Amino acid sequence: MKRIIIMGCSRVGGRLASLLDAEGHKVTIMDTDAYSFRRLSPDFKGKALVGNGIDQESLKKAGIEEAEVFIAVTQGDNRNIMAAQMAKHIFNVPRVICRIYDPLRQEIYQTLGLETISPTTIFADILKKQVDG
Amino acid sequence: MYIIIVGGGRVGFYLAKGLLEENHEVLIIEQNPAICESINDELGSICTRGDGCEVATLVEAGTGRADMFVAVTGEDPHNLVACQMAKHKFKVPHTIARIKNPKNEGLYKTLGIDVTICSTNVILEHITEEVPTHPMTHLMQIRDRGLEVVEVRISAGSASIGKALKDLSLPAGSMLSVIIRKGQKPIVPVPSTVLNEGDQVIAVTPSETEEAMRSALRGQ
Repeated sequence: MKRIIIMGCSRVGGRLASLLDAEGHKVTIMDTDAYSFRRLSPDFKGKALVGNGIDQESLKKAGIEEAEVFIAVTQGDNRNIMAAQMAKHIFNVPRVICRIYDPLRQEIYQTLGLETISPTTIFADILKKQVDG
Repeated sequence: MYIIIVGGGRVGFYLAKGLLEENHEVLIIEQNPAICESINDELGSICTRGDGCEVATLVEAGTGRADMFVAVTGEDPHNLVACQMAKHKFKVPHTIARIKNPKNEGLYKTLGIDVTICSTNVILEHITEEVPTHPMTHLMQIRDRGLEVVEVRISAGSASIGKALKDLSLPAGSMLSVIIRKGQKPIVPVPSTVLNEGDQVIAVTPSETEEAMRSALRGQ
């Protein structure tokens, strides 16, 4: 069981939160818009919190000081980058994962020590493999 | 100097104008085409359209040869990322970020942004300077040493009036530099100097003991 904070209840964020929650992790999901919590599964037992993940007070309310994993999956690359760096450098969260759509930005932040994922690169690769057959 | 400004809003526009008057080479990166156009109409072709966080735009802007990189959009995350890209990818020696939320100042410092400008803090500083009842004014910050230069006014009713400096418990690592007294030359304080009502004390103190310095000087 891990204490996990997810920032951004996007399709990916909402689904990930529901999956991790079903596995028994202690999940808190944050979004600036309460309407996005509709994406959570009806069985979701974790915490859904309206708040801005680039605001230190909101992060504290979400329990960042005790979190073991922080995942930034809002729609904005820069917001994810900023929140992830806050989690890592201010709150010393042991594991921080950050989604960055822009592959070049992703590479740079990876070399700066962030654990980053670029869905653009991954999805393009998958599609290319499909086409190549 | 070649200075790149990200964000062509009011701050970016007037900053560019001022820098051009000082004969610097200036380029503004702005996403909104209408704003770009109006800047180019007014200041000459100094504005390029693009996202100041994107490598392609930054390459085109010649970020590699920039002496200074200033991000003044209205969004804290954009300013942070733009400055980090300039610093780490293009090795720009000086990066300056505008911040809206004063709480982000520490984060930006940790992440290697050279200078942060927080308009909220600037306005706050002016308010405290303008309001005479406010007991302490920040004069300067010596960031890399974690020190503040502050001015403390000894207002009527302060318990420290009539006391010698050696009897006040000033925080460790702090130092009183000068006392300004009405109608007198500035005084270099010694342990036996006695505080008077209306004295202005200029002191250097570690940022974290600022409050203790204030209390000590006002004798609370």
